[in-house]
Amino acid sequence: MSRLQVVSGKGGTGKTTVAAALALALATEGKRTLLVEVEGRQGIAQLFETEALPYEERKIAVAPGGGEVYALAIDPELALLDYLQMFYKLGGAGRALRKLGAIDFATTVAPGLRDVLLTGKACEAVRRKDRSGRFIYDYVVMDAPPTGRITRFLNVNDEVAGLAKIGPIHNQAQAVMRVLKSPETAVHLVTLLEEMPVQETADGIAELRSARLPVGRVIVNMVRPGVLDAADLELVRTVERSSVAQALSAAGLGGARRGGNAEKLVDPLLEQAAEYAERYTLEQEQRAVLGELDLPLHELPLLTEGMDLAGLYELATELRKQGLS
Amino acid sequence: MSPDRAEEREAPAERDTPEAPKTADGRKAADERATGGRKTGEAQETARRLSAARLLDVDPLLDDPKTRIVVCCGSGGVGKTTTAAALGLRAAERGRKVVVLTIDPARRLAQSMGIDSLDNVPRRVKGTEGDGELHAMMLDMKRTFDEVVEAHADRERAAAILANPFYQSLSAGFAGTQEYMAMEKLGQLRARDEWDLIVVDTPPSRSALDFLDAPKRLGSFLDGRLIRLLTAPAKLGGRAGMAFLNVGMSMMTGTLGKLLGGQLLKDVQTFVAAMDTTFGGFRTRADATYKLLQAPGTAFLVVAAPERDALREAAYFVERLAAEKMPLVGLVLNRVHGSGAGRLSAERALAAAENLEDPRIVDQGDGKAGLRNSPDTYGSSQPPASEAAPTAPEEGSPADTEHSVDRLTAGLLRLHADRMQLLSREQRTRDRFTARHPEVAVVEVPALPGDVHDLTGLRDIGDRLAAGRPEHT
Repeated sequence: MSRLQVVSGKGGTGKTTVAAALALALATEGKRTLLVEVEGRQGIAQLFETEALPYEERKIAVAPGGGEVYALAIDPELALLDYLQMFYKLGGAGRALRKLGAIDFATTVAPGLRDVLLTGKACEAVRRKDRSGRFIYDYVVMDAPPTGRITRFLNVNDEVAGLAKIGPIHNQAQAVMRVLKSPETAVHLVTLLEEMPVQETADGIAELRSARLPVGRVIVNMVRPGVLDAADLELVRTVERSSVAQALSAAGLGGARRGGNAEKLVDPLLEQAAEYAERYTLEQEQRAVLGELDLPLHELPLLTEGMDLAGLYELATELRKQGLS
Repeated sequence: MSPDRAEEREAPAERDTPEAPKTADGRKAADERATGGRKTGEAQETARRLSAARLLDVDPLLDDPKTRIVVCCGSGGVGKTTTAAALGLRAAERGRKVVVLTIDPARRLAQSMGIDSLDNVPRRVKGTEGDGELHAMMLDMKRTFDEVVEAHADRERAAAILANPFYQSLSAGFAGTQEYMAMEKLGQLRARDEWDLIVVDTPPSRSALDFLDAPKRLGSFLDGRLIRLLTAPAKLGGRAGMAFLNVGMSMMTGTLGKLLGGQLLKDVQTFVAAMDTTFGGFRTRADATYKLLQAPGTAFLVVAAPERDALREAAYFVERLAAEKMPLVGLVLNRVHGSGAGRLSAERALAAAENLEDPRIVDQGDGKAGLRNSPDTYGSSQPPASEAAPTAPEEGSPADTEHSVDRLTAGLLRLHADRMQLLSREQRTRDRFTARHPEVAVVEVPALPGDVHDLTGLRDIGDRLAAGRPEHT
């Protein structure tokens, strides 16, 4: 099991939720995981129903069996100072750089450097050990940028290593790339059973593969429960309206005759079934597309009551059941 | 939202005799403000009427010749691009000359509009109806950046910049570049004054309104001392009197050199020196675009889906736009579900489904059940012993058909219960937003079962946008 688990996905597919559930799942049985947020949206704090996370590793949840989930929302500016301090012992010079606007420059105007810091920080957490030489975190789960940006994001250090041909930045960039391109890392993509996210997932996988980044699994999120099966949907097309009206009436929903309450329900209910059928067909098509990707495929259910902390634990259990941790 | 503003809004509800509103819409709104606070069983009804009063009317906005720019913003995955394209098509088919600037459209949608080739110029979209014109383009970041450089630097300098490795990495689309370039392209399109209306789809920024920050960031960088420092060696040479600065500088460049490695520092320095003039023009343009966005001819639409996260982001957008004094005209709420059988509640539908799945527990007290099934078969005459064990009905017998229709009907009812639960969840989510931002007009776009990838689909979305009312009201 890779120690750095990167979770990406198209916007709106719930990648933050999946990342959080994965961090919980990996933390069970006394393990310690770090959940890293890089996009500054405080999505993790909202999911775990805690106040906004500072730039500090902080315990946010306890997993079944005594495991712990820590979370870190990376602030690029502080990460840069941190990075300067850690690698170059530049405390005072760091402050001087800040006064000069260099920090602003690095974190905003030269946005690529922001990605350098974010990936660098995550890899640092992966490699960090305590005095006895044990890894501080068993797993680091990163709630990463969306599929469209993920390859460039993870590959930024390759670019940096090419730009800075020698020196500590070059070395650091190469060290980060060694982690990211090794089996120590797995990049998972979250998708929905809809055309655009599936297309983007397929494109994203091709990009990751051509950049030699290790692709992990595809996680289909928010899968709706099957209410009607193929046989039902076949019957929907042929069934007599009057017999449905009679069944509705028998179930206590009013008169089956024309204009009766049960009869008036038939059309809207069949219309909803037709919509369901259309979506069912689309979903089957998208499942087939995903099947061709030749990657482990997992499905997480749509939580009908909306997402909350209990739901997060439910998804974590589901991930464990499916062998993701 | 500041507390002061909140009080202002609540005030009318507390007054005994609210002022007579001037328009019918105003009256409705005032009435609802007055009743909105009451916690009665009618709360949901009130919320629905509130939505009707705060309806965003899309057509007058698109038809108004004074509307020159429509900006669609919102978090990823809410149908922003589709909304922008549908609005563009609708405006064109209502007679305007429109260009849609999209950032990252779905492949099939781009193909159907003929903009899947990346040449960074607007293309006329074929197959539109009416007198107007629809043009569309997909943003090419690198090419836009190159154009900026070419427009602002002389040929030699431009060539030097374009060949600079640091520039090549920066322009190829690191996070953030998209935002700058979207702004730049918008400015360019507007400056050409070739179109009646420009519809812009914004990048799916990680921090919601990065594109609004672009000019400011650029400004703070250009005013900062770093750029002076980086450009200084070229400008100052070894001039006397600058010794003090030079000491600081060489210390700094020493530090930077240590950090970046000599070659990279040189690349950055040459880049910044070469960009110096270009940046000035770029910044003036970015400032102008920013002002353009605040101008009366611009309309911001926040796009969202009725989900918690999307609406939370939408609320943030609304607040940011207000803080930046950007003209927000309303919220487009995509993928809202409705039901033609809205009067049948989820609970009743589920109970009825259970009745059908296990007919022996039919609630005979209802008086309506058992119309079809004789009491001999079900219910009262239930034999006491295991004799009652269900005997499989013969294949194709009427009982079998009846059974499968019952099963199907139960499925239909369960499907309906799911729909009603979804509907009320969407309603709650939306109500939370409207409670927080009652000033924002909303238009709801009913959900389609599939994706949109042609003009017919966009036209359909446009119609839904203009109709603007959820099916269930």
